[in-house]
Amino acid sequence: TINTNYFIQTNLSMFSCRKTLHITRKIVNHCRTYTITPEHESLRDNLLKLIERDINPQCHKWEKEGRFPAHEVFKLLGDNGYLGISKPIEYGGLGLDYSYEVIAAEAFASIDSGGVSMAIGVQCDMATPALAKYGSHYVKENFLKPTIAGDYVSCLGVSEVGSGSDVASIKSKARVEGNEWVINGGKMWTTNGTQADWMCMLVNTNDNKNPHKSKSLICVPMDTPGVSVHRTIAKMGMHSSDTAEITMENVRVPVDNIIGEEGKGFQHQMDQFQNERIYAAAGAIPAMDRCIQETIEYCSQRKAFGQTILDNQYVHYRLAELQTEIECLRALLHQCVVQHVAGEDITPQATMLKLKSARLVREVTDSCLQFWGGMGFTDDVAISRLYRDTRLMSIGGGADEVMLQIICKYMGTHPGSRK
Amino acid sequence: MSGLRVLVGCKRVIDYAVKIRVRPDHLGVVTDGVKHSMNPFDENAVEEAVRMKQKKVAKEIIVASCGPTQSQETIRTALAMGADRGIHVELAKGEEDLQPLAVAKVFAKLVEKEKPDLVILGKQAIDDDSNQTTQLLAGLLDWPQGTMASVLEHSDGVLKITREIDGGLEDISVKLPAVVSADLRLNEPRYATLPNIMKAKKKKIEKMSVADIGVDVTPRLKVQNVVDPPVREAGDKVPDVSVLIEKMKEKGHLK
Repeated sequence: TINTNYFIQTNLSMFSCRKTLHITRKIVNHCRTYTITPEHESLRDNLLKLIERDINPQCHKWEKEGRFPAHEVFKLLGDNGYLGISKPIEYGGLGLDYSYEVIAAEAFASIDSGGVSMAIGVQCDMATPALAKYGSHYVKENFLKPTIAGDYVSCLGVSEVGSGSDVASIKSKARVEGNEWVINGGKMWTTNGTQADWMCMLVNTNDNKNPHKSKSLICVPMDTPGVSVHRTIAKMGMHSSDTAEITMENVRVPVDNIIGEEGKGFQHQMDQFQNERIYAAAGAIPAMDRCIQETIEYCSQRKAFGQTILDNQYVHYRLAELQTEIECLRALLHQCVVQHVAGEDITPQATMLKLKSARLVREVTDSCLQFWGGMGFTDDVAISRLYRDTRLMSIGGGADEVMLQIICKYMGTHPGSRK
Repeated sequence: MSGLRVLVGCKRVIDYAVKIRVRPDHLGVVTDGVKHSMNPFDENAVEEAVRMKQKKVAKEIIVASCGPTQSQETIRTALAMGADRGIHVELAKGEEDLQPLAVAKVFAKLVEKEKPDLVILGKQAIDDDSNQTTQLLAGLLDWPQGTMASVLEHSDGVLKITREIDGGLEDISVKLPAVVSADLRLNEPRYATLPNIMKAKKKKIEKMSVADIGVDVTPRLKVQNVVDPPVREAGDKVPDVSVLIEKMKEKGHLK
């Protein structure tokens, strides 16, 4: 028999928009425990203070300008130790376990502008995990260290104009000439693309017929001749994040800039995606909590037909339904973290986590926006921006359809996996 | 002076952003399961001490707190901000109603033990708003006091303090050793960096009980009743001053 004891102690601060749900929990499962310690709480409290004081006041301006100053913000975060939480100590990181990264991801979700927290996600959980895990001392010294310090802004180059979900079909090529890689191709949807100092680039490096064995990850300095920002992309949401289409023409970088083994790039990238997915989910949950809390606050004051909006049973029941699903998701996130910290492969769970978070956040923002009415449609309130920003989750970082594909493979129901 | 030893007091209180609810027995407010943090004025006190250390005016910062087991977290916050070590006077069951005079007596004993040159406290706690501990402590020690400090400057054993008082700003000088209370505008408290948060785990916190110190902490004041403030009623608009005076007389606010 499996004995599971599950305690949740929650505090809902009903009338403050900015506070995240304060939860202390202990899950006991097969002798594995995971407790949130005072250091986790302290990390969250101090990071929230930093965000409240030094980042949020400027979000409105950055949204209007279509860009946030990445070097400035990352340097601030780097100086405070938040860009290398689980990264190796030898390169300036703190070497803490992944549970601390997740607490930080949850805190980053309190940034008013989704584009900023997304960009931070690239820096911590998308462009650097493979580098930290598989990179040689050379690339870690030259790329990981300054990225953790906040001196370098990183970006991730995987998607291309012709290849989004179908990562294996990317066309960019790199060939060795002497002691250099010569790179040709381009990347699309590059977050931080106009400000990055270097790109973690997935590129074809050999002619293996198997597209999962023909690729490598290479660190490409963005000021290398031949690298150019073809255009910045105007988007429906995430306005403060600069998203670029990058072209590479005969770009030459040292052969030593490769991350890990040649030909293993696809695997390294798939590995790297797990961190990205957990980061996204960990950020979505507090965002949903915030939506619900702010909606409760607004609807408890807004009156129509002789009562408050909140007094309508449909409204408070619907919010209760949504909050219930958020709690379920929170438990799944926690489970993923427990297992990841224990060193287990969490691919199926992380995939389900990403899928469910992305879909739930659409339901939550859509229902909440409806309850806000006209006011919700304006730029003056957070719900409209949350609605636009969070819509990306079902598309970026692995579209829902890709998540479903992966889950089906694990379930043995995918046509390719059924014999 | 080769560097001052500074004793800073901090208190664990309900977080300022939490909406307070009165307990059903009307003897206090609900504290169970409610978020607690360091008293905001105490953050100013800790910050000032840390700045003095950075300027090499102070050489050691000891942070002390009287409170339940969880007060340790408050002390750790101060350690993460830059204090060197902590003292936790842990309250036993039945001792939770600790009032300013009792706290002042405890701190007087700590001063005897640690021999600081300067004691900095927050001017008042946001749960009881007493604004008494600093003054009482100064009285017990027979030390000079500088309360509601918004500027603090040290030179050669003398503190120049600007106090925020009802009439404006008052400048005083006090000779060390002295007790000072921090006001909001004294400084902007830092947030701790993550490396410092992790380093704080290793800093020493000495634990002691009220009995160990030998202080009588029996409360002198008893709370009879706690209620919510009355709900604000709608006002009346009047066309001019004479009607206003008439209405005020009607309602008995004017004779």
